[in-house]
Amino acid sequence: MPLSPRCSNRLPRTALGLLLSVGSLFSACLHAQNAPLISGGIGFITNTNGGNTTYAPIIAPLLAAPIGDRILVESRATLLETYAPRGDGQSGYKGSSFLGLSYLQGDYMMNAHATLVAGYFLTPFGTYNERLTPIWIGNFESGPLVYGLGTMSTGSSVGGMLRGSVLSTQHVSVDYAGYLSAASTNEQFGAQRSAGARGDLYFPEARLEVGASFGRRLQDVHQNFEGTHLWWQPEKIPVKFRSEFAHGEHSYGYWMESEFRLKRQEEDRSVIAGISPVLRWQQTFRTSPDASDGLPAADTKRVDFALNYHFPHEIRINSSYSRQFSSTGDRNIWATGIFYRFLFPTWRGK
Amino acid sequence: MRLRTVHSVLVAIAFVLLFAAEAPAQTPDSNSKKSAQAKASQQSTTNQQNAGEQKFARNCSRCHRSPEGFSPRISSTILKHMRIRASLSEKDEQEILHFLNP
Repeated sequence: MPLSPRCSNRLPRTALGLLLSVGSLFSACLHAQNAPLISGGIGFITNTNGGNTTYAPIIAPLLAAPIGDRILVESRATLLETYAPRGDGQSGYKGSSFLGLSYLQGDYMMNAHATLVAGYFLTPFGTYNERLTPIWIGNFESGPLVYGLGTMSTGSSVGGMLRGSVLSTQHVSVDYAGYLSAASTNEQFGAQRSAGARGDLYFPEARLEVGASFGRRLQDVHQNFEGTHLWWQPEKIPVKFRSEFAHGEHSYGYWMESEFRLKRQEEDRSVIAGISPVLRWQQTFRTSPDASDGLPAADTKRVDFALNYHFPHEIRINSSYSRQFSSTGDRNIWATGIFYRFLFPTWRGK
Repeated sequence: MRLRTVHSVLVAIAFVLLFAAEAPAQTPDSNSKKSAQAKASQQSTTNQQNAGEQKFARNCSRCHRSPEGFSPRISSTILKHMRIRASLSEKDEQEILHFLNP
């Protein structure tokens, strides 16, 4: 069909405009710094507890995809295959698989001080759950004994959370997180009806952080959980000190961890700088029986010693020995793990 | 035809204005002023770099070692993720981003 003169006159300009728009969009994509990313860790863990050795290959991928400047969708999953002795006098191993989401959440950064999180998110209680559970970060293959207190069994919640930074200056940073969770028995999104909050004070010059957490389970038998934490990473000494105390209605406990480095500079990639010995001491106290909080049935003391090595190219080997003392029996726990951490954009570009 | 002429004249005027804005008259005074401005800008960038580096050292290393390297295409995404995960302030996020991508 022939084009009218008016139409033919407009077409080149429209086409030019379209080309310029597409070009600028493409150019923006090429130079943008907010491409979606895939990160995570892949590893192999062995654990010998009370004479039984289990083997577990593990993958924990993480996806973070921004939508515009203010929205971020992020998720982390765990794929774990465990091979454990059959037991009951039978020889050989049996395998079991686990595939679970740690979180799948949408974040809306409302302003400089508040971010609204909705979906399935890590319960903000203490520090371990949100900061140290990634396999490429944690110093030990096993979490602390008090992990179950305040994290409402699953460690994740379904609902909404408001969090952010109240203020951040050269001398002090103050941040907060408060959440409300619904009960969910869904296999992938398991959560308990609960509410809680956490507040942190960080003194950057002293590199000292203190915080307090509170959680309340709002289903079945209602329970309160309280927790405090203290982290210190002195600038002049290559050591990181982390500690947490958690209290529930049937038990309480604490853990303290010191990670040493043989070189002061964090970015030092020399052979010596890769070695980091870690010592963790933890203790739990049972005040009344409760099978749901995940803590040992009797008072327990445990010392963990790890010797971790950071190889180049994001490869790390963890090896640890733990001795657990309890009235139900003392035991030795050996664990080793090799991990590779990956981090790349979802598509190639400049 | 007349419309095209008007467009051409407008485009020419736009170019002249653009050129005039980009290339002001060169005088000794304006040269020294420009040099001072460049120095100040460089100083400001360096200060921002230092602030970002300090924030990076003080915040990120609390939990993990810094990655050996990553594509600049994901630096903003990483910072958004860490803003949520580590409760970084918006200012800290921007300064660390500036340090990673000067």
